[in-house]
Amino acid sequence: MKVDLTVNGRQITADVEDRMLLVHLLRDVADLTATNIGCDTTSCGACTVLLDGESVKSCTVLAAQASGHEVTTVEGLASNGTMHPVQQAFHEEHGLQCGFCTPGMVMAIVSLLRENPHPTEEQVRTGLEGNLCRCTGYHNIVRAALAAAEVSS
Amino acid sequence: MSIMGTRVIRTEDPRLLTGGGVYVDDVRTPELNAAARLTFVRSPLAHARITGIDASGALSEPGVIAVLTAGDMDDLDPPPPSSGEWDGSPAPLGGPWAEPLLAIGTVRFVGEPVAVVITDTSYQGEDAADLVAVDYEPLPVVLDLTDAVADQTLLFPAAGTNVSVANPLQADDAPFDACDVVVEQDIVNQRVACLPMEGRAAAAAYSDGKLTVWASSQNAQVTRFILAGALGMAPEQIRVIVPDVGGGFGAKIGIDRDTITIAWAARKTGRALRWVETRSENMVAMSQGRGQLQRIKIGGSRDGRILAYRLDVIQDAGAYQRIGGLLPFLTCLMAPGVYDIADVQAGFRQAVTNTTPIAAYRGAGRPEATAAIERSVDLFAAAIGMDPAEVRRRNFIAPDKFPFQTKTGAMYDTGQYADALDKALAAAGYDELRREQERRRASGDPWQLGIGLSSYVEITAPDPDAGETAKIEVSDDGTATVYTGSSAHGQGHHTAWAMLVQDELGIPMDQITVIHGDTDLIPAGVGTYGSRSLQLGGSAVHKAAIEVKDEARQHAAQMLEAAEADVVLDTATGMWQVRGDPDTALSWAQVAGHTSGGSLIADVSFVQERPTFPFGTHVSVVEVDTETGQVKMLRHITVDDAGTVLNPVLTEGQRHGGIAQGAAQALLEEVLYDADGNPLTSTLADYAAVSAPDLPSFELASSETPTDLNPLGAKGIGEAGTIGSTPAIQNAVIDAVSHLGVRHIDMPATPQRVWTVINQVRKASNQ
Repeated sequence: MKVDLTVNGRQITADVEDRMLLVHLLRDVADLTATNIGCDTTSCGACTVLLDGESVKSCTVLAAQASGHEVTTVEGLASNGTMHPVQQAFHEEHGLQCGFCTPGMVMAIVSLLRENPHPTEEQVRTGLEGNLCRCTGYHNIVRAALAAAEVSS
Repeated sequence: MSIMGTRVIRTEDPRLLTGGGVYVDDVRTPELNAAARLTFVRSPLAHARITGIDASGALSEPGVIAVLTAGDMDDLDPPPPSSGEWDGSPAPLGGPWAEPLLAIGTVRFVGEPVAVVITDTSYQGEDAADLVAVDYEPLPVVLDLTDAVADQTLLFPAAGTNVSVANPLQADDAPFDACDVVVEQDIVNQRVACLPMEGRAAAAAYSDGKLTVWASSQNAQVTRFILAGALGMAPEQIRVIVPDVGGGFGAKIGIDRDTITIAWAARKTGRALRWVETRSENMVAMSQGRGQLQRIKIGGSRDGRILAYRLDVIQDAGAYQRIGGLLPFLTCLMAPGVYDIADVQAGFRQAVTNTTPIAAYRGAGRPEATAAIERSVDLFAAAIGMDPAEVRRRNFIAPDKFPFQTKTGAMYDTGQYADALDKALAAAGYDELRREQERRRASGDPWQLGIGLSSYVEITAPDPDAGETAKIEVSDDGTATVYTGSSAHGQGHHTAWAMLVQDELGIPMDQITVIHGDTDLIPAGVGTYGSRSLQLGGSAVHKAAIEVKDEARQHAAQMLEAAEADVVLDTATGMWQVRGDPDTALSWAQVAGHTSGGSLIADVSFVQERPTFPFGTHVSVVEVDTETGQVKMLRHITVDDAGTVLNPVLTEGQRHGGIAQGAAQALLEEVLYDADGNPLTSTLADYAAVSAPDLPSFELASSETPTDLNPLGAKGIGEAGTIGSTPAIQNAVIDAVSHLGVRHIDMPATPQRVWTVINQVRKASNQ
């Protein structure tokens, strides 16, 4: 089937299998490989992207469902070579190690801070329940989220 | 001012944060442009004979290029003859225990690869793999370790036993007979999933007699060695590239059968191939961790002196032994921990079961040792009615006894165990925590407070003589390139190695490129595991920098027409000059340009005389809901002393991640099977992977006791967090309910398990 969507401001038109997942469209059709796949049960959040500004797990959205909508991946977050405050906070707070969960984690926090610009530590932790990281113990990811909230305020 | 020991944020980050890493599935290179997808057909049964494989249904599907089985591996030589005895190396056992690439006649765990399907796309692969019809004749399964060692049903009849490796306990009751108090306990150190966020992945292309393999691995060079042996090729015919790796935690040391099979299939079919496992595959087919049944016995005097300790281990190997008997060997080596105990008895048997193979996972045998001794010390403390901190203090190896030869054969280099304990207790506010615990006990608060301790020592760089390589090249544009045999997969080596070079050469970090994981560029190397990288790989970089400097000094002396002894490098500016004469300044670019080849090169390897032994104390504070069994981590305070710290940012990151993985084992995670050997935790919906709301922020206190075994004074920090945290948290949970009569709760301390134990002791006390 034909899908037509905007990814990071770029128009993507493609003829895909009905069953194609959004994450595969992003990775294999749009060639945006930052968004990773970490599980097959919508549990890990590595594939989190923004769909019309809200975080979704792109392994649980069909490409067809995203047709006609706007998708933002981590590649579309920096503007003019300047990292988004959440990306910058991850850098400064050492919020990433291997980097595999990072794109999804960053997008989840961007979405979380849009909904709640001044979260408590507990709210950040609860908000990230669906995003797994095996390297950082979440300590510096939480600090990065709180630091980004501070910067944005 | 030296950059060493300062908080430098990572050079790796901007790329990972803006464009994402380049993991195996992201590699875009002409050799893989037309890569087909490979999908495994895996056994759905834990133990069965294969009586037939019919691929015709799959082969008629669109996009299917080939279906291959063990019968197609006629181009591989049989493995060299082997007695099947363990030679002490962390290599697979051969002989009757050998693990095939694809199953030959028998499957021994759910998830064992039986065939591969090669298709144009991954979706076609999933479809076609379902259509490969395999006939199985089920065999009785062996799951329980006590059943396994009883040898009623054998996984490998040719071996005549399920016990693959053993160093049996030599039990002697005399030392215990002399004790005031003796405590015994069976302890389960449960099987857990390693769970790197990127599972296993590999790609391979073969042309003109050269094989190129991209692998998600902790070491390219070891991977090449394994491939050369398995495929009967010379190492020079193989190039292994390790791109970004999404976590390893020990499960990606080298490669396992799945990745070898990709390489073989690429050579066999002449097609470039790529395989990226799904999480459901990963949870049954990537090697797993821990899996020990421990029987402990501890005895001592009523004044708190531990006089005898016994640890008897049965190690679950899973269906195949991928690293010999290394795990229980390390457990027994580290059995006495930080304590000076007159009599230590440790032994093990390792047995095969119809489960996923077990290999290294963050700590690899040492967390199991620490869990056993730290639980034992708490059991002993409870039996004599003494504070567990005081019992620890009375039994530590004294600082003036280092280097200390343990009863189990380890040579501890340096240690300040009492200092670490005192510092951790002070940071925790231990006395006030005990008072708060008393208040809650007195008031009958349903949420009881638990305080758990773990004082640990562990072994890092356990293979110091294998060493590590480094090559530094300073070019005539003034930049430096570092080629390292270490293999970063999140640790921040690129930042750390650049710091080392800047400190020694005065070339700024942003002019330094670090390269790892490509056997064409770095033919010799060992890789990253066993918390070895800074002390071996970092020391190698340090050594190479000094050699480059020595060579540069000769050239600078010629250029300046001065004696070498009078030529100095100002590491603040990176300029060479005659001592006291800044007008003579020469840049690295100028000095490198003076060489015949236009660059200064040092190519070294660094070996260490002995392993190093980091240590520390963790204090865990938990709340336990005595009505539901729920455990909440309130605080986690640690002192982790791994010698001299190069970059606290990186060290703390390693500690954080380690603590979380320990908490995961203590409270949440466990790989489970049903009675037929079917995995019950094969997806992340079923496996209780630790997530952010399960954990508090961690409180880290610093401590640096250098080792004298390497020039950096560094020990390893990669696994310490896990080794220290796991028993501290387990002890805290038990401590919270010990006043109810609870002596022991096995991990993971899930609400169900905690609630069950509380109710058992309540029922018993009501009778």
